Amino acid sequence: MDIGLLVFLPVLGAIASLLSRQKRPGPDHVSTHALVALIAPAICLLLLLSYLPRIQSGEALVYSLNWVPEIGLGLAFRLDGLSWLFATLITGIGCLIILYARYYFAGKDTAGRFFILIQLFMTAMLGIVLSENLLFMLVFWELTSLVSFLLIGFTWSSRDARRGARMSLVITGGGGLALLGGILLLGQIVGSYQISDVLAATDTIVSDDRYPLTLSLILLGAFTKSAQAPFHLWLPHAMAAPTPVSAYLHSATMVKAGLFLMARLHPAMGDTELWFSLITITGMVTLMVGAFVAMFMHDIKGLLAYSTISHLGLITLLIGMGSEMAMAAALFHLTTHALFKAPLFMMAGIVDQATGSRDMRNINGLWKAMPALMLITAIPAAAMAGLPLMSGYLSKKMLFSESLLVTAPHWANTLIPAWVTIAGLFSVAYSVRIFHNVFFNGQPVDLPHWPPRKKPAGMLIPLFILAFASLLVGLAPQATYDGLIHLAVMATSMTHLPLYDFSALADAQVPAMMSMIAMVGGIVFYLARGPLFAIHRQLPEVDAKNIFEQIMQQSIRFAQSLVYRLENGSLQRYLAFILVAAIAPALWMLSGYSGWQGPSELTEVNPMVAFGALILCLSALGVALFHHQRLPALLLLSVTGLFVTLAFAQFSAPDLALTQLSVEVMAVVIMMLALSFLPQTSPRESGFGRIFRDLSLAGLAGIGVALFAYAVLTRPAETISGYFLANSVPGGGGTNVVNVILVDFRGFDTLGEITVLGIAAVAVFAFTRDLHLKERVASAGSAKGFAEPHPVILQMVSRMALPIALLVSAYIFLRGHNMPGGGFIAGLVTAVALTLQYMAGGLVWAQERMLTHFRPLIGAGLLIATITGLGSWFVGYPFLTSAFSHMDWPLIGEFELATALLFDLGVYTTVVGATLLILANLGKLMTVAGPGQEVG
Amino acid sequence: MELLVAITLGVLTSTGVYLMLRARTFSVVLGLTLLSHGVNLFLFSMGRLTTASPAVIGLVEKYTDPLPQALVLTAIVISFSMTAFVVVLALKAAVELRSDHVDGEDPNEDRQ
Repeated sequence: MDIGLLVFLPVLGAIASLLSRQKRPGPDHVSTHALVALIAPAICLLLLLSYLPRIQSGEALVYSLNWVPEIGLGLAFRLDGLSWLFATLITGIGCLIILYARYYFAGKDTAGRFFILIQLFMTAMLGIVLSENLLFMLVFWELTSLVSFLLIGFTWSSRDARRGARMSLVITGGGGLALLGGILLLGQIVGSYQISDVLAATDTIVSDDRYPLTLSLILLGAFTKSAQAPFHLWLPHAMAAPTPVSAYLHSATMVKAGLFLMARLHPAMGDTELWFSLITITGMVTLMVGAFVAMFMHDIKGLLAYSTISHLGLITLLIGMGSEMAMAAALFHLTTHALFKAPLFMMAGIVDQATGSRDMRNINGLWKAMPALMLITAIPAAAMAGLPLMSGYLSKKMLFSESLLVTAPHWANTLIPAWVTIAGLFSVAYSVRIFHNVFFNGQPVDLPHWPPRKKPAGMLIPLFILAFASLLVGLAPQATYDGLIHLAVMATSMTHLPLYDFSALADAQVPAMMSMIAMVGGIVFYLARGPLFAIHRQLPEVDAKNIFEQIMQQSIRFAQSLVYRLENGSLQRYLAFILVAAIAPALWMLSGYSGWQGPSELTEVNPMVAFGALILCLSALGVALFHHQRLPALLLLSVTGLFVTLAFAQFSAPDLALTQLSVEVMAVVIMMLALSFLPQTSPRESGFGRIFRDLSLAGLAGIGVALFAYAVLTRPAETISGYFLANSVPGGGGTNVVNVILVDFRGFDTLGEITVLGIAAVAVFAFTRDLHLKERVASAGSAKGFAEPHPVILQMVSRMALPIALLVSAYIFLRGHNMPGGGFIAGLVTAVALTLQYMAGGLVWAQERMLTHFRPLIGAGLLIATITGLGSWFVGYPFLTSAFSHMDWPLIGEFELATALLFDLGVYTTVVGATLLILANLGKLMTVAGPGQEVG
Repeated sequence: MELLVAITLGVLTSTGVYLMLRARTFSVVLGLTLLSHGVNLFLFSMGRLTTASPAVIGLVEKYTDPLPQALVLTAIVISFSMTAFVVVLALKAAVELRSDHVDGEDPNEDRQ
């Protein structure tokens, strides 16, 4: 578990930093912040050091906890030699960076934000190197991209910072997507995302057909993260970040995540030709491009950025070679690079803050003003150049000797040694330049601050520690290697290795020659810089950021035009798209299907049914044909509804027929009410093309439905209703199975549906409440033409009809459990009867006589239904279990008492309340002198 | 008879879809109603069509499938409430936007 603690400690630290932030920062707030921020990384570092003995004994500590086992995602950590090396670099350099930042951010309000972000980054980075699960690792991988984005855009008021941040996010985020694909493929091949399993499945992976694709995707992720050509462009632009960020993320740690990934997966995926050629060539190109461009950068951080790219390329090249010794060289160089590059960045930050400039054409001769800085910088600069006795000298020599051992592809055995020698030459040149140019090379030119501002001596401490460590590695390479790096190398090759023999390296002749050539060549190159810079100036200037920005703008414009073409605000078009999306796949899948005719025999056509179907079709077609004349179309629609009712009645569905009939009445009344406020005609505005399109879509949809219906109807039925039929009487206590299903078997569904009904009614109430009649659209077509809105005969008849109708509905309600009827139907019948009163007597007349408002009715209905359902809990049954008994009532005879009846009462009440709420509120709109209060 | 039912369903669906693609809210309401008729009948017919055999125990010898009926019954009520809701929505849109076009503004068929 404490391995997991390692990852999450910095998050706790970040929270602590957040809490310790003061509203009004005092003069000393930065050092408090730094102190708080230092706690978590320091504990992590100590924990790691305490693990060292166990790691050295060759143990791989794995801690795992299942998280989402269905997709193989686990909370799992792994601490072996490789992850120990990385984790130690991350926490160790992290501590020094925080120390440095304490001075860098002195007096700045943004310090708190920096310390929080840097700790979050540390968590993400530790997560990458310590994850045992690849998917889990990917989460941290993306997290580093995000934190890096925030840190590059740290000073968001600057345009360069914003652009650089976006560029890095797009490139590394895009790579992250590719990596996701690669890891998913890898997981499919192996059948597990655990690194232990992946490492054990080398043969399966390499022999799989998907290996090339998987490798390419994973490498795409690694290359973008580690700034390999041609994805290196984001790194120089990331230099807009504050210098501690550049030193930490963009040189020592985050950019090494890609290298880590390659090293981690090397035992599982490496040692193939594809691995060699993809990685080696990328590394070679990156090495050369970085080294060459670095020489011509005038910005100190720019030079360091390109030099970082070049060194990343170098390590990539070594990983690509793939032999154990090359791996040893790669990891050795990775360590030395982190140790010498971070202090150089720190130096750049100090110089920047002291003089106000980073331009090496202006910054010269600082040795007099900053002698201590000069002395400390000399060590990492010499290491970068690869001067003898320095750590960089050894790693470069390791590279040279490895390059001589490459024999496999015929182009490689001479090209690679020559190539690395030339790149080495460039690296000597820019290393000499950054040191000589900044501290010597005459007098400073036009510096914003001259003499430079004094920087506190404490700022030099982290530089000194790193430079000293770098020096130590150079002086005692064997001890460093044996103690720390050898373990990591074994983890990357999964074999037991002999130790690297540094004494043999010291004796090697050819690598020494190559080093000499590089060194002398580099110095000559530097001396000749004047004319070379002049030539370089002649070259056309290419600003990658502008190109990138243009590409971004173009793709945004393209996406916008695409969106505009799809989404232009026309609802008709959207609907057509949806229909096409539904129809086209069906058309494609079913074209050529011939099984529409099922095995069942067709039944005979009953003349009545044929007549009904004909009227149904004709009225539906009539609605479509005459929809411009709205009132006739509405009348035809009601004909359709009535014949649908008849269809239900004909085909043994009395409940449905009753429901449809009463719903039809209500619906037509509502639509007529609405029509009185709307224009009476629809304009003929569709062009020929539009009508053709719509007709085709409608035709296809209709044909599809007809074919499906025919295919089903001509096949024998397989139903699950046997259960309901068998259990309706013994289990539900009712003979009307449809009603028993509604109130008992599927009572929960019904509860949901009356809830929807209630919500719709309340929504109608809310919508009509502040709808003002004065602004009606069709003033001409309103309530005109009625001499007497409420005829006397209708009034009298309807008043007499009301008690009868209510009696009928009560009867239908009570018998519903055994005969067609029930709460839905009874509720609708009651609603229709009351609607008649509204129509005959007028809204005001009817409303005054209503005993209750409608919204409480809806609520009461839902409450009754729910409480009935809850009631079964109290007697130890699941929600909505029904109970029933039969009892003899005097005079009436045997009568069934079921809790389902109570539930049905809830349904009834809700239906009445909802229907009348809708109707009365629509009706309210019609009365010019309304009831003066809200209805409902 | 199966063919007849299938054709009727097709006609209901086609007219419903056609009207839903019209530009005026009232036509869309008409189309929705037709389409919900079509859908309800379609669901209903999935239980196969039998005459004179309602699912009331003890009334007849052979029972029709009650499950689609129960589903369609609630569907009818829900589609009624949804129709009412759409009607009010159309009214409100027409009053507030002063146009009963579905997009709430003057017709411009393709907005090109």
